[in-house]
Amino acid sequence: MNASHAPTLNAAFLALSDPTRRAILARLSLGEATVMQLAEPFEMTQPAVSRHLKVLEGAGLITRRAEGTKRPCRLSKAGLDTVDQWLAMLRDALSKNYDRLDQLLVTMKSEK
Amino acid sequence: MSKMTIKTEGDRFVVVTRRFAATPEAVYRAHTEPHLIQKWMLGPEGWTMPVCISEARPGGKIRYEWRLPAGGGFCLTGEYLELEPYSRIVHVERMHLPDPTPDNQVETRFEPDGGGTLMTMRMTLPDAETRSRMLASGMEHGMEASYVRLDGMIQVVI
Repeated sequence: MNASHAPTLNAAFLALSDPTRRAILARLSLGEATVMQLAEPFEMTQPAVSRHLKVLEGAGLITRRAEGTKRPCRLSKAGLDTVDQWLAMLRDALSKNYDRLDQLLVTMKSEK
Repeated sequence: MSKMTIKTEGDRFVVVTRRFAATPEAVYRAHTEPHLIQKWMLGPEGWTMPVCISEARPGGKIRYEWRLPAGGGFCLTGEYLELEPYSRIVHVERMHLPDPTPDNQVETRFEPDGGGTLMTMRMTLPDAETRSRMLASGMEHGMEASYVRLDGMIQVVI
């Protein structure tokens, strides 16, 4: 990962902080899909899926091509790169843990 | 952003830094004493760690078992390699998903920083196959978590 990668990284982290968006990426790793196809397994409305897709597209993780009114989505090269996804997951896990550790350290201090 | 940074170092390592408002001794203890580890190293809301073995001496065993709210769980095992109270821990760990992931060697440093502590954790970036497995596992658990209205996820609970 080089310096030119950095600007998209924050957007990618943000995009990947949501479990639904990660699941959408997992679905797209199987191949191209339309909004309708994506909405089905997630029991979500199409506008809700479209909002998630917009975030993923903004983060450069997916690309969409025009095919009539459909605009099917597929993973971009960055979206295929599991390093970013893995880092986002790690960030999520660690943030939660360390926020809890902050609280624990306060308790430890007062117990002294 | 928050007080945490996370970045890759080359294509083999990941370095995480985080500041804490407590002494290196307190932060070190929270990383090595089982009754303390069980209170924070939990991942998403609702997870628990019913089993926590942490034998903080060179060669000592590590075993964390997490239980998920929806049932099921997974575990991490490892060994301590080097310990310098209250400044440095080197250990090796692997996740069981359920097949073990390749060993990940982790070095964690605790340095005084103003009145608090700067923690720096350096670990090995898992290979592509391992990352995919961890992601798949995390996604599964993350989706479960979201169903019970939890706001986050993941598994790579280091």
